[in-house]
Parts: sequence; structure tokens; C-alpha cells
Amino acid sequence: MISAPDVVAFTREEELEDELCSEPPLPEEYSVPLFPFASHGTNPWAKVASSKFTRDFILISEFSEQVGPQPLLTIPDDARVPGTFDLNYFSLRIMSVDYQASFVGHPPGAAYPKLNFVEDSKVVLGDSKEGAFAYVHHLTLYDLEARGFVRPFCMAYISADEHKIMQQFQELSAEFSKASECLKTGNRKAFANELEKKLKDLDYTRTVLHNETEIQKKANDKGYYTTQAIEKANELASVEKSIIEHQDLLKQIRSYPYRKLKESDFHPYEPECAPDQADAGCAQDLPTSDLAEPDETPLYAHVPSYTPKLIKAKSAKCFDKKLKTLEELCDIYFFTQTLDQLHQIERTFRGDVCYLLTEQISRALLKQQSVTNFLFEDVSLLDEKPPEKQHGGCQGLGQDAVDGKCSEEPPAPKVVISLGSYKSSVECVPIKMEQEIEDPQEPKMTESVTFEQQENLDYLDADIGGSISSGESIEVLGTEKSASGLPKSESQASLPVSPSPQAGRSKVGSRRTVSEDSIEVLSTCPSESLIPEDFKASYPSAINEEPYADDEEGGLRFTPKLNPDDADEQEDVSKQENLVQVDSACCIGKESPSFLEPLADLGQKPCDEDGVVRIPPQPYRQAEQGLRGSLGGFPSHDGISGGLLPYELDSRYLTGSREVSKSSLDECSDSTSYISSATSTCSDRTPSPAHPACPVSERHKKKAGQNALRFIRQYPFAHPAIYSLLSGRTLIVLGEEEAIVKKLVTALSIFVPNCGVYAKPVKHWVTSPLHVVDFQKWKLIGLQRMVSPAGVNVLHALSRYSRYVSILDADSKTLRCPLYKGTLVSRLADHRTQIKRGSTYYMHVQSVLTQLCSKAFLFTFCHHLHLPISEREPEESVVNRRMNFLKLQLGLANEDIKIVQYLAELLKLQYVQEPGQGANPLLRFDYVPSFLYKI
Amino acid sequence: MLRWLIGGGREPQGLAEKSSVQTIGEEQIQNPYTELLVLKGHQDIVRFLVQIDDCRFASAGDDGIVFLWNAQTGEKLFELHGHTHKITAIAPFSSSDVSEDKKHLILTASADRTVIVWDCSSGRQVQKVSCFHSTVKCLTVLQRLDVWLSGGSDLCVWNRKLNLMCKTSHLTDAGISALLELPKNCIAAAVGKELIIFRLIASNDESEGWNVLEVKRLVDHQDNILSLVSINGKGCFSMLLVLLLIVWDALDWTKQASECNFWDSSVHPDAQPEIKLSQSPNETSVQHITSDEECVFAAVGKGIYVYNLQMKRVIACQRTAHDSSVLHIEKLPNRQLISCSEDGSVRIWELREKQQLPAEPVPTGFFNMWGFGRANKQVNQAAKKMQENTPMYVLELVGDLIGHSSAVQMFLYFGELGLATCSADHLIILWKDGERESRLRSLTLFQKLAQNGDLQLKF
Repeated sequence: MISAPDVVAFTREEELEDELCSEPPLPEEYSVPLFPFASHGTNPWAKVASSKFTRDFILISEFSEQVGPQPLLTIPDDARVPGTFDLNYFSLRIMSVDYQASFVGHPPGAAYPKLNFVEDSKVVLGDSKEGAFAYVHHLTLYDLEARGFVRPFCMAYISADEHKIMQQFQELSAEFSKASECLKTGNRKAFANELEKKLKDLDYTRTVLHNETEIQKKANDKGYYTTQAIEKANELASVEKSIIEHQDLLKQIRSYPYRKLKESDFHPYEPECAPDQADAGCAQDLPTSDLAEPDETPLYAHVPSYTPKLIKAKSAKCFDKKLKTLEELCDIYFFTQTLDQLHQIERTFRGDVCYLLTEQISRALLKQQSVTNFLFEDVSLLDEKPPEKQHGGCQGLGQDAVDGKCSEEPPAPKVVISLGSYKSSVECVPIKMEQEIEDPQEPKMTESVTFEQQENLDYLDADIGGSISSGESIEVLGTEKSASGLPKSESQASLPVSPSPQAGRSKVGSRRTVSEDSIEVLSTCPSESLIPEDFKASYPSAINEEPYADDEEGGLRFTPKLNPDDADEQEDVSKQENLVQVDSACCIGKESPSFLEPLADLGQKPCDEDGVVRIPPQPYRQAEQGLRGSLGGFPSHDGISGGLLPYELDSRYLTGSREVSKSSLDECSDSTSYISSATSTCSDRTPSPAHPACPVSERHKKKAGQNALRFIRQYPFAHPAIYSLLSGRTLIVLGEEEAIVKKLVTALSIFVPNCGVYAKPVKHWVTSPLHVVDFQKWKLIGLQRMVSPAGVNVLHALSRYSRYVSILDADSKTLRCPLYKGTLVSRLADHRTQIKRGSTYYMHVQSVLTQLCSKAFLFTFCHHLHLPISEREPEESVVNRRMNFLKLQLGLANEDIKIVQYLAELLKLQYVQEPGQGANPLLRFDYVPSFLYKI
Repeated sequence: MLRWLIGGGREPQGLAEKSSVQTIGEEQIQNPYTELLVLKGHQDIVRFLVQIDDCRFASAGDDGIVFLWNAQTGEKLFELHGHTHKITAIAPFSSSDVSEDKKHLILTASADRTVIVWDCSSGRQVQKVSCFHSTVKCLTVLQRLDVWLSGGSDLCVWNRKLNLMCKTSHLTDAGISALLELPKNCIAAAVGKELIIFRLIASNDESEGWNVLEVKRLVDHQDNILSLVSINGKGCFSMLLVLLLIVWDALDWTKQASECNFWDSSVHPDAQPEIKLSQSPNETSVQHITSDEECVFAAVGKGIYVYNLQMKRVIACQRTAHDSSVLHIEKLPNRQLISCSEDGSVRIWELREKQQLPAEPVPTGFFNMWGFGRANKQVNQAAKKMQENTPMYVLELVGDLIGHSSAVQMFLYFGELGLATCSADHLIILWKDGERESRLRSLTLFQKLAQNGDLQLKF
């Protein structure tokens, strides 16, 4: 709901020129420096190093023991997506930075091969030459035939937008972990299966060999063993040994430490498909039963009886055989589940990063609006627990919501090295690289991490970092330890870092010199792994893993100021920071009480529920800077009022952000390779939910928006129709053709307020006569018009209940409903609107409705508007006060009052309603005359 | 409306307009009921509503189930199962014991020839009487004597403990259709066309016992008596009214007045002839009567008649108040009258003096759906009546409640709390004043806020 109505990039050059010519030149400090690459005819949002692929995609590669790194599949599975992008090359790149110490085999001192349950490793890679940035998720799968029983795989989310990868790191990590877990679960299952088969084979072989030996023994009565016999005996012995080994492996795979799963944030993948329940149940029962009775043989009941094969003593050379495909490696069911999951991820993260951020921010904010959010929001989104939200309820609601993205585990991609460079939100501690790179603590510096002194100084001066790549080497800027706790691998070159004392420094963007042929590891994620000891000193928060232990840690947070809990402290800070903004920050408090002020203050009370609506996603980082106190001009978000005082808000906002943007632009103007945060213009800009929540609903929104737009343009009486919906009068769309009616219903459904936290009160298609109960339940009904006698009954019923309904006749294009003379709907549904896209219009509607909600909230929760101040006060004066408030304070005219009143009633019902029982559905109506509108 | 829906819309004269039933537009300023709550539960026609106390009522119908409802919230309190057939009579029976808390009981009689006593506070069956030879058609509680009577084919008198005190001999096969308490321990029972007066006499041997004695039979009615009502008029006067509105003196059982021909041309010289005798007897019989000190209100067929006791004539009437038979009427304290009908609507009438009529503005903006702002062709009947000289009063339609899809059997007026209507469509609808409800919700909202500690009032 909260979203920028229509963010349009200012890209057309002629407009820019016109403006420059006509307007007197701005003072230097206000002038916007032209984008350095503007001369190339590109817009500032275009990427500098344009990538060869058109949109984000997911790549699965394998480090094959036979042919080396190779791409397996891409999602979406469309050759056009990667385009000319060299997948093979990129696979090689991403597979070459696997830091998992996936040590499997015979450890010294162990009799049998040991399986090592390694954690996945998560790294962010950048290849600035290719213009590709990737979140890479390494995982290993078990394969009995593979070397060391493991096959290393990786899943990579590849995007041209570095910022997207960095900022969405947590989300990507969480989602990919799920996918990986699914894959691995299936793999364990398949591996155990394979082992069992192998064991049976071996058993059979042993029996055969045994028999043969016996026969030979019998046949041989000479008293000495033939070479053949000795061979057989050896063979038998090796088979025996092999059996023991395999049994041990089976035991190991069954005793997979599920404990880890329980502790960690991701759970074994739970398939949702109903038809597969049995299978899923089986898979889930597996761990427990296996742990309990590891020796129980009939593991998989549904595995058909297997006829053992004789195993040759000498197994085939590993290059002779064909390696199992990924599908074979994992159970087919789990494989498809994983693919689904990956498709989901692709859909989720598709589009520009600013959409994702906006989506996430608005979602987080909506969570805070616990009182009003049910009205127009998608119920499914509200109910759903965000996957990122992992920690317990120790934080307040608001905090949880805002920091939803900031997951507990790896506190931001932990730009362990970061060279103080990535001023993505990923890093919120301004980390400055120490001058002495050759830190004594870190003697094992890889050669690759060499810096030219010049560059080094350069970025230290500006405090704008960039990973400066050198030569052809792969820069490894940071890494992690795997869970096995092995000594750091050689490639780890973690630079010592220390929190910068100069908190005020603004860091804008990252700057990276384009290297010839380099791949940069921008950050790695110490997933569940240990953080090297030497980091602990300098990065305490990272080790303790206490999220929000200090503000600096919440990397992906929108801004700490959003937290109501923090608000009080923040208030002080902001007051000190800038006295100009004092009054803007005056209304920070716990949710509602501030609205219960005496009337006179009401207009001045900004609503913190709504305030952040106007913050576009771009100031995201600037806001952070503002917080650091360097600029100080940015108003606290709490102080920004939503619908009440927009003018004040805007001016404040402008003064605040002007400075910020100026400085940031200054900063970036001298950077030669500035990459805008809004890069991937060429990728599909369809906003997608930041969640893997419901792509269907997203499509639905888009469609509904489009249809609504069409409706508004087509029907001159759209306003009274929408007014009917908003004021709770049931609108019936009457028509003969189901498709037309349903289309209209879909279009109009975006205006229907929910009556509770259940589904929207919309019924798409009804063929039977309506009753009064239906109007109680449904606020938007599609009704079939029939010519049969039954149809006459339907119409009779409609005519009978005409006072409760507005009727939109889709066939004759007429509308019968009460008159509307307000102003609100015309803003909501302007038929001359410039908005073209359905999704944009949907967002526009949502934002207007949010304002409406905040008005309704104010109205509902103002004590004196509903109840007398003193006992003697007559009811009339309360009514007067109420009407005055609606008219003067909320600026509502005529019928708009009824809309707010209706929403207020819904809010009351929702609030008063006991959690256990559903609210009694009420039907409120007015005795107002209806009019007939025609085109 | 309908015509517009069907698609014609060309002809200005719709079918509805030809009907002589007075209609009111969609703008009903005086209609306070702007909120409704549908109570679902019954599976068959709901025929009876009875008030238990200030905020509770019971409903019963053909499904044999009795429901107890909260009139304020619409909450279903109890579901009383016990009868196997449809319920034929229901009566509240509150204990007169001052010592203990007031105990609310209800009596229900059913076609399964039983009477069950229910406890309203626990929702449990207190006792069941099943020794009837016929269906009990009416129940009356004589609060004063602490006994109750059941009327079927005979009249039985019961005490609180459900002991049969006495009973009459078999009166009729059809059964007693109505019972009414009269002064001096007398009871009037409507049996067919007859009205029988019984007197309860305390038996000599026991203090508790009663004997019932037939005192008089009144046989002036020409048709079955459907309704009896007492008029607590002036002083000791108490009257009962029966079919074709005969006002009887309750003390000496003499006929005080009678009004037989409601549709007679003497009352309304311009009466339409088709209503006269051509109609079936059922439609011209008195369905229900109610009264206040001055007037008797009778629902006759489709019409409502107001009979003034002092003037001894009909002072106001609405011959076609509804599209179909009026089933129940009730007088409200504020000179308003509510009627419900088989046509599924409930209408609110106001008894206005005729002189005030010109001053009363016909609701402005009274448009119908056939076009913008075009006033309804139909002329308000009130205006027409101004020319008539006989009745001094007129029944003005001030609002109608449409919600039921079938005949509205009965309604119960709860004053401020609203109005409960029950219908053959198995539903009970609570009609409420939206303004008041909104205020109440605000009140609960702030109470809850205070409870949750969210509320810090800053004065």
C-alpha cells in the first residue's frame, strides 16, 4: 500500500535542456552535476559496464570431476536470458571460489571414510568485466560414485546490479538456503537409497563369492590353495571390507545432524503440494525414525524390491562412467520442489532493486499498522510471517517489522574486508581500512590482495572505497570458515578492519575500477560458520550475533528511526542534530496515545503510522547518512505526517533531502565508475513482492490495476461506483457474460475495504437470487442476468433490496447508485490520469487508500469525537465536534465523510472484536435516494 | 426499478406503480433503523418472538427449536432442543419471588402435545408436561395468581410446580385459539366463533387449589376469533376485542361497541369496491389487534385501522398498508405504529393529526429509479386524504424495513435496542439504530483501549 505512486525516471534529455535554458541558472550548490556518462546518450540509470544478459537469472553449476566447472541449468530456462553471457566462463569463476572445506574421504586415523556434513557457503561475487554480480551458494551433494563421495554444486543468482545482490543478501541467502536444504534432503535420501542398493549388491556378491570359494575348497583337495582361490579369498575380503565401509556410510548419512536444522533458521524443506503429502511425510519422518533406530533396514518402504547385481572386483574407472545428473542425485520429487523454489526466487527478486526495497519497506511498515492494515491490504501478506524474521519476539512489533530483513544469522554480508568500500546498506559500520595493509595479525596475505598505493590513498581520502582489482588474479576479499572448523584456507585474506570513528563520513556508492579480467569476491557470508578469531576483536558484534546489539549492525535496516522503541532516543538525537526539525520530531511516541490529544492539537499531530509513505527508496542510504549526523538535514521519519499536513511535510522533506542529495551527488561526480543503485533498467521492471509470497497475487494486482484503469477511463460514472464500494454499499455488477462481469469485479475489487482479516468481501459470480445475508457478507458481487424465469426472480430480489445495493449494469452500461459529490474519489480515480501501467495504478490506489486509512484511524481513535468530554455534555455537541473534525481537520467534503465513517466503523469492529470469535457481520445502510447514471 | 433491470426502462408506468400500496422512497429521514444484523439458526419458519428481559428474547418456530438471543449483540445464547414438532405457543414466565434473583422461565407448547418449561439463565429444560390430549394452542400466565393456563381442546390451569390444578371439560376439537386474562380472576377464551368467559375460584379445601367455572358465552361473532387484546383504559375499564372489532366490557361482558365493516362505505365513502366482499374471508378478517389508552389498532387484511374508543369510530385507516396480509402490529410509545406483513416488509407508521399534514413536508428528493431527479409519479396518499373529511387522523408511512425474503411473522420492539423481526425465511433480523450502535462501539473501543493500557488520556 505504501509506495511511491509513480516513480518516473527523469531521462528525457530535451526536457532537461528546456529547463536549463528557461530557468535562471541555479546557484552552484544546487545545481545537479550532469551524469558523467550522459554524453553517451545513456540515461543515468543505465549500467556503466553493460552486462551481456538482459535480466537476472539463476544458474546452477557443478564442478564436475570429469570436465571441471560446467553450467547445468538456468532459471528461467530460456536461452535468451543469459544471452551472450558466457555461462561456462562464469561457472568456472564462481566454482573457483568455493571455500567449503568439504573434506571427505579417509581422514588420518580413521578406519573408514567419513562423510562430512559441510555447511553451505554463501559468497557474493562480482565480475566487473562481465558486468555480472552474483550471489553464489555453494553446496555439496553426495554421490557414491563420485570422488570422495561428494559432488560440489553451486547455485548463483546473477544480476547486473551489484546493489541488488548486496542489499538483498539476507533474503537471497535465506531463500537459497531453503532451496539448498531441499536439494540436500533429497540427496540424502537418494544417497541412502543408493547405499542400500550397493549394500545389497555387495551382500549378494559376497554370497556368490563365498559359494564359489566353498566350491573351490571342495573341489580342491590337494591341500594347497590355487592362485585362483587366493584371488577369490582376497576378493571376498575386499567385499567384506567394502560392506563394512558402506554400512558405516549409511549409518553416517542417516545420522545427519538434524539438530543443526532445528537450531538454524531454515527447516527442512517442507513441500506444500497436497498430492505429495505422503511422500513428504515420509521424507520428514525420516530423520526421527532414522535417528531412533539407525539399524532398521526397511528404510524406504516404497522402494521396489531390488535385485542385487554382482559387483565386479575392479570397478570401472571413474572416467568411464557417466556421472549422475542432478536429477538422479536428488530424489525427483525434491528436485522439482527445488526447481519450483528457485523459480520462486527468480520471480521474487526479479526487477529493479528499488522496487524490492520499496516493497520490503512498505511491508515492514504495514506490519506496524496493526490497527488499520487489514482494511485494504492483502490478507495473505499480513498473516504470513516473513521468512527473514527469525529471532524471537524480544523486540517490539515495530522493530521486528522494520528489521525483518536483518536476519539474525550473518549480520549482513559481513563485509569482512570491504575496504571500507561498499557503501551499500549491507555495511552500515563505516569501515575504514587501516593504512597498514600488511597487518602483523595477518601474515598470510595472498598475493592477489595487493593494492596500488595510489589508488589506495585515493579511496582513503575520499573514503569511498572500491575493490581495486589487480591483474588477472581473483581477488578474494573475504571469506569464512566452514563449520568443520578447519584452519583457514590459503585464499582467505581477511583484512583487519576496525569500526571507523569518523561516523559522520558520508559514503556514497561504491567505486570500483574496472579490472581487466577479474572476479571479485565482494563479501562472503559466514553462514553458520565460525568467524576467524582475529576478527573477533575488531568486530565484536559479528561474533556475538546479537542482532541490534548496536545500531550499527542492522545493515539492511531501513532506518533505525523507524523503530518506535528507539524513537525516544532517536528523538533526542535528532533534536540535537538539528534544531530546525524540533517540531517535526515532537510526536514520537507509542502508537495511539498521541491521537488522543485534545482536539486543537490534532491537526498538528503527525501520524507516525503513515509518515514514511513519502520516503522514496533512494534516500535509503542518504537517510542513513543523515542519521550519522553529518548532514542532519533529514527529518526523522516519525515526524513526517502523512495525510494531514502534506505541504509541511514536503517542504521539510525537501530541505532535508536537498542537502543530502547534493552532497551525495558531489561525491559521486568525481567518481568515475559510479554505479547507480537503480541499475538494472533493462531487466524486467515488473515489481515483484520481496517475498516469495504470492506471485499470483502480484499478477492479480497488476491485472486488477489495469482493469480498474480501463474502467475509470471507460465509464464516466466510475466515481459514484467507487464511492459505493468505499462507503460499504454493496455494488452488484450485473451482466450476461461471465467474463465481462468478472473482469469488472476484478477491477473494482481493489477499492473494496476488507471487513476483517479474512478474504475480501468480493463474490465474482452469482447466479441465484440474492438475500439480505449476501449484502452482509459481500460488498462486491458479480451477478448473472438471465432471461429465464429464474432470472426474473433474481431481478425481483434485486429490485426488492435496491436500497442496500448499487447496481452496475455491464450490458447496458448504466449505474444506479447514490449521488457522489465528494473530492476524494476523483483523486483516486481520475479518468485523465497519466498513469499507464496497471501495477502503477494499483500502487497509486493503495497510496490514496492508505491516506484514507490514516484519516479513519485518527477519526476512530479520537476519544472526544465519539464520547462526551464531561458527563453533562449533550450528545449534539459531540456530534458537532465530530462533524467539524471530519470537515475541517480531515478536510472531507460531502460524501467523503461517509467513507471515513464507514472505515471507522470497520476499524472499531475489528478492534473490539474478540480474537477468538469472528465479528458479527453487520449491514449498515443509509436511506438515500439512488440515481441512474448512463453513459 | 425492476423494469429498469429487466432492460426496458422505456415505459414510465411500471407494475409496481399500479398498486395502490403506499410506498416510500429510498429517503427515509425518520427511519432510525440503519443497521441490521441477521441472526441465523432456525431451520424453518420462525413464528414467535418473546421478550424475556431487557436485552434477551426467545424465538421459536416450526423447527421445534427455541433460541435465546441477546438483543444487543445478536449473540446466540442458548439453543433449546426438546420439542419434536413445531412450536405452537410460547410465553415468558418470570418468577415473582422477591427473595431470590429473578428467575426467568419460558413455557413452550408444541404440536407434539407437550409443554416444556425452560430456564433462561442456564438454557436447560426444567420440566416437561406431556399429558395433553391435544396440541396446546395458547399459553397464558396469570402472574397475579401465579398460575398458568394452557388452551387446547380444553382449558387447563397449572401452578408453578406444574401440577394440574383443574381443567375444563372438552370444549372443542378445534381448540382454544386465544386466551385473555380479565379482572376478577376471569379468563376469556376464544373458541371458534364463541367467546367463553371462565372464572377461577379458589377451592375450599386447599389454599393452593383452583376451580374453573364457565361463566358466560358470548356469541356475537360471525367468524373465528383470532385475536384478543385487553385495553387498559380508563379506571376499571378493561375490554377485549375480537373479530370484527367488538369491544366488550370486561366486567359485565356487555358489548361496548362494535365495528364490523371496516371497509364499509359509510366510513370511507370513496372506498374502492374491489376490496369489499369479493375478497376471501381470511383477507378481511382481523389478524391482529393492539391498543393503547385511546385507540385500538386492528390489522385487517392488508390494511390497518385505527379505532378510537371515545369517538367510537375509525379515525384513521390505511386500507392497503401492505401488499399482502398484515400479520402483526404494535403501537410504539411515540405515536408510531409498526406493522409486518406476509409480503416480507415491516412498515413504520405515524399517526398524525390531519391539520398537521400540510406542514409535514413530503420527503424531498423523492426520486425513483426511472430517471434522474424525476419525481415519482405516484402521489402520496396522504395528500389525497386531505380532501376527505371523516377521519381526523391519518397514518403516515415514515419508513419501511426490507430484509426478509418471506412473510414476516412477528416482531418485537426493544425500544432503544432496536427491533427484532422473524420471518418464514428462517431468519431473524435485528434492526438497529446505526448512530447509536456506532456510539456504543466507540464506547467499547475506548473501554478496551483502557483495558489494554493503550489509552493515556491527556486532558
